[in-house]
Amino acid sequence: MDALDRRIINELQGDFPVCEQPFRAVAEQLGSTESELITRIGCMLDDGLLTRFGPLFHAEQMGGALSLCAMHVPHEHFETVAKIVNAFPEVAHNYQRDHHMNMWFVLATETPEALQSAIDRISQSTGLTVLNLPKIEEFYVGLHFEV
Amino acid sequence: MNSGNPLCVAESLPDLDRRLVLATQTGLPLDARPYHWLASELGVTPEQVMERINAMLADGRIRRIGVVPNHYRLGYTANGMSVWDIPDEFIGAVGPEVGKLDFVSHCYHRPRVPPDWPYNLFAMVHGRSRPEVAALVERIAGLLGARQRGHDILFSSRILKKTGLRLGG
Repeated sequence: MDALDRRIINELQGDFPVCEQPFRAVAEQLGSTESELITRIGCMLDDGLLTRFGPLFHAEQMGGALSLCAMHVPHEHFETVAKIVNAFPEVAHNYQRDHHMNMWFVLATETPEALQSAIDRISQSTGLTVLNLPKIEEFYVGLHFEV
Repeated sequence: MNSGNPLCVAESLPDLDRRLVLATQTGLPLDARPYHWLASELGVTPEQVMERINAMLADGRIRRIGVVPNHYRLGYTANGMSVWDIPDEFIGAVGPEVGKLDFVSHCYHRPRVPPDWPYNLFAMVHGRSRPEVAALVERIAGLLGARQRGHDILFSSRILKKTGLRLGG
C-alpha cells in the first residue's frame, strides 16, 4: 500500500460521482489518472485490502425487515444450537460473543411477519429464549477508516 | 458487518431498481464508464441508470457509493459491541453524540428486555486491540457521565455465519 492507495482509501469511502466518467473525475482530485485509479481499486479488491467497491444498500429502505437477536446458549449445547440457528436461511450473520448472552444473530426477511415467524421457530427448535432487539432509531452507520 | 447489511429486496420495488441492485450486488464495474456499462447490460439508457441511482441515493436506499476497506487488514482487528443503559429522557441526545465519535461505526437505539437485557444503546467500537477498545469505551463513559446507568462490552470470539446480499421473491 503506497501513498496513492492510502489516498484512495481515505478519499473514496463515499461520494463516488454518478456521471459518465466518474473515475476520471475522482482521479483529477487525487492527482492520478482514470486508468491508474481503476487499476489500483482492482488490485486492492484482489488483494483483500478492500472488501467492496460500489453502492452500499440500506436493507430496510429496500423493503425488507431486519433485526438483531440474542440468546444465552449453555456451553455444552453451543455447537448444536449454532448448527440449528445457522440452518435458518433468515439468519444472515451469527456471532459468538464473550458474554452471558453468547449468541448474536441478524435476521433478514422480506416482511415483519416473516421476522416474527423465524424468531418463533428458532425459539421452538432450540428450546431457548430469543431476545428480539430491532433497532428503534439509527444514529449512525458507517465508519471512516483513516490509513 | 463491514461490508454492509444483507438485503432482502421486496418484489414491490420498481423493476429497474431491482435489476440495478442485482447487477451491482458484487460492486460497480471497474470500467471507465461504469453506468454506461450497466445500462448496456440491462438494456436501458445510461441516463436511466444514473437517474435511478441518484433517486436511490436521495431516498436512502443507497447509503453511499465508494470503497469499503477491510478493517482487519488496516489493523483495526479488535471490534467491541459496547452496550449502554441510557435513561429514556437522554437517549435522543446521547445517541447522536456517541454516533459521531470517529471510532464508532454503528450506533443504534434498541429496546431493553428486562430482566435479561437492560441496555438500550448499542455502539460498535473499533480499535487495534481489546485494551484500546476498552479505553475508547471508557472515553464514552466519561463523555456520558451521569447520563448512563451501566454499560458493558461484548467482544466477538467467533463468526458462526456470514452471508452476503440476498434477493427475495
